[in-house]
Amino acid sequence: MSDDDGYRDRAVRPYVVTAGRARPSRNIIRPETLLVATDGDRPLPVSASREERALLRMCRRLLSLAEAAAHLDLPVSVVAVVASDLVDAGRLAARSGTPVTAAPDRKILEEVLNGLRRLK
Amino acid sequence: MASADSSDRYLPSTVRKPVKILVVGAFGVGKTTLIGSVSEIVPLRTEETMTAVSAGVDDLAGLEHKTTTTVAMDFGRITIGEEVVLYLFGAPGQRRFWGLWDGLADGAVGALVVVDTRRLENSFEVLDQLEVYKQGLPFAVAINRFPDTLHHGRDELRQALDLLPETPIVHCDARDRQSSLDALIMLTEHSLSRCE
Repeated sequence: MSDDDGYRDRAVRPYVVTAGRARPSRNIIRPETLLVATDGDRPLPVSASREERALLRMCRRLLSLAEAAAHLDLPVSVVAVVASDLVDAGRLAARSGTPVTAAPDRKILEEVLNGLRRLK
Repeated sequence: MASADSSDRYLPSTVRKPVKILVVGAFGVGKTTLIGSVSEIVPLRTEETMTAVSAGVDDLAGLEHKTTTTVAMDFGRITIGEEVVLYLFGAPGQRRFWGLWDGLADGAVGALVVVDTRRLENSFEVLDQLEVYKQGLPFAVAINRFPDTLHHGRDELRQALDLLPETPIVHCDARDRQSSLDALIMLTEHSLSRCE
């Protein structure tokens, strides 16, 4: 697996799709944040970007930001910006397990521990 | 793009608490192997590009040049209850890369450091970074057993890696699901013990 996490040169400028922004408009979005469309059938405005349409379609059911990014073959940072815009527009709901900047609390750690032990 | 089985990729709608563990380590230590051995999905990959002035081994006769490199993050997923899903993010060990994925370390249960004893020195930077990490991300060490690895005792390795006394360390076979689960359980127990 030694080649699996190496570097590769790539001549792409992903921030074109985010109008130059490298940070999402809200900081609740992390790679594991769960996303789901709030109203998948309602069409997006004609001004919506290709990436916004693709992400909303991808999130017609529950999926994390990182998974959506991987399936769309886009960087997580780019999809975070697009997702954040869609959350602001009321089209995506975001679910985070722990409050921003806080470590997981005892209750959730116990749930994780019990869950892992059950898998054994 | 929409394959016949793409519906399998989604989570049950009851899930509302995503949690994560970082699987970190030097290149080629078996992070993705470990993730794949416990993940319910085939590990996925995302990539970020970063522009950096090259230094060190990339330098040609002291000439600095800007390069755009791609840093990959492989990850897997375990749904561990009606409400909880655990993501395992494999990230390059050097913390300067974590900034590529906004919020990657924030809110994590902890970091599992995968170590290859044949290249022990490659893990030093990772461990240094974690020990000084300002938010005190809990971490534990998993010694990945490769077929040609000589066996070293845990105490010997603890000393060689200069670990703090409280840092848990375990031998594991990253290809083996039970073994990888044991390492994740050890880390989670450690995080819980620090959570007072």
